[in-house]
Amino acid sequence: MIAAQEGDGGAFKRLLQSLRRPLWGYVAGQLTCLGHNGSEAEDILQEVLIAIHKHRHTYDPAQRFTPWAYGIARYKLLDHLRRSRAAMAALPLETAGEMATEDYLGALESRVDAERLLAILPVHSRRAMKEVKLDGLSIAESAQGHGISEAAMKVRIHRGLKAMAAALKLES
Amino acid sequence: MQTSELIEKLSSELRPVDRRIVPHVMLAALGIGTLLAVATVCLAYGVSLDLDHSDDLGLLVLKLVFTGSIVLITFSALLKLARPGQANRMGVALVFVPFVVIALLAAPNLMSVPDAWRNGATIGRAWPECLLLIPAIATVPFALMIWALRKAAPTHLKRAGAVAGFLAGGVSASAYALSCRDASLAFVACWYTSAIAICAVLGALLGPRLLRW
Repeated sequence: MIAAQEGDGGAFKRLLQSLRRPLWGYVAGQLTCLGHNGSEAEDILQEVLIAIHKHRHTYDPAQRFTPWAYGIARYKLLDHLRRSRAAMAALPLETAGEMATEDYLGALESRVDAERLLAILPVHSRRAMKEVKLDGLSIAESAQGHGISEAAMKVRIHRGLKAMAAALKLES
Repeated sequence: MQTSELIEKLSSELRPVDRRIVPHVMLAALGIGTLLAVATVCLAYGVSLDLDHSDDLGLLVLKLVFTGSIVLITFSALLKLARPGQANRMGVALVFVPFVVIALLAAPNLMSVPDAWRNGATIGRAWPECLLLIPAIATVPFALMIWALRKAAPTHLKRAGAVAGFLAGGVSASAYALSCRDASLAFVACWYTSAIAICAVLGALLGPRLLRW
């Protein structure tokens, strides 16, 4: 850290890399203790690293380094919790519970992804996939709606999934 | 962004920093704040030094020792609060020592006064002025100290705000002592303490808003 204060980028990089795991462990541990899920840990860790960079002049070499770094981590963690609590308080009470339990953004993102992938399927296959996998109809209900047998429906879905998997592979 | 990318970015083009900057900026804020507070009192109210009265001079010195010790103790506590990982409760608890001392000093003084005069001795003539002026004069040193703390990284915002309020109140009370016409230890023990406590409470309320980073 002292070398980093003097402008040694290499030393600072090594320092941040060695801090990364223990700090992540600390943040994630505290989050789970407080009943949050650990998904925010990486974001908070990044904020902590940025703060260590921005406030590197506040480290006093006469003092121990660990309490300084963890002091910053603790502050950023509490700051994050305060902000998310404020955001939660702004929602009406009935929806607050839902928001807390389901990963809303994650669900939205995967829905968007799924719709995009569905668009590349042939029309029969697409309708079958959408009804069964996204809208939650049973295979029997969907098969009836299309006027085909359940077995044929299963084949359509199987083909659709295969095509989507192939498309995903191509993309990545 | 990936964390490894972030680390790469943060450590490239790393500029050297001045690690003495925190105490320097805070000392500058304290110095300028004190000068401005004293100047305000001198210009607006004049210095009421009656040097012929040795009693008054003695009391003035005592007042200044009282307020000065508050300034010193709170400043050293604040230096610690300005950096992460150094905030300890002991430093903050020390802040209360001068108040206890002045109360103990004032107690026999207050007991020796006849009952009929006791109220006069405590309440004095200038208590509303004292309660209003000390926090009012404290705003400038407080603002300067908050500005200095924002260059640092306090992690206990309420505590840092309260101690900054204490410090500003101590500075302001030192300046006010120069023109305060009430010459009784009981007055100082009671009203200076209350005025400085008001500053500290306001500081604790404002700290979390002003000091976030």
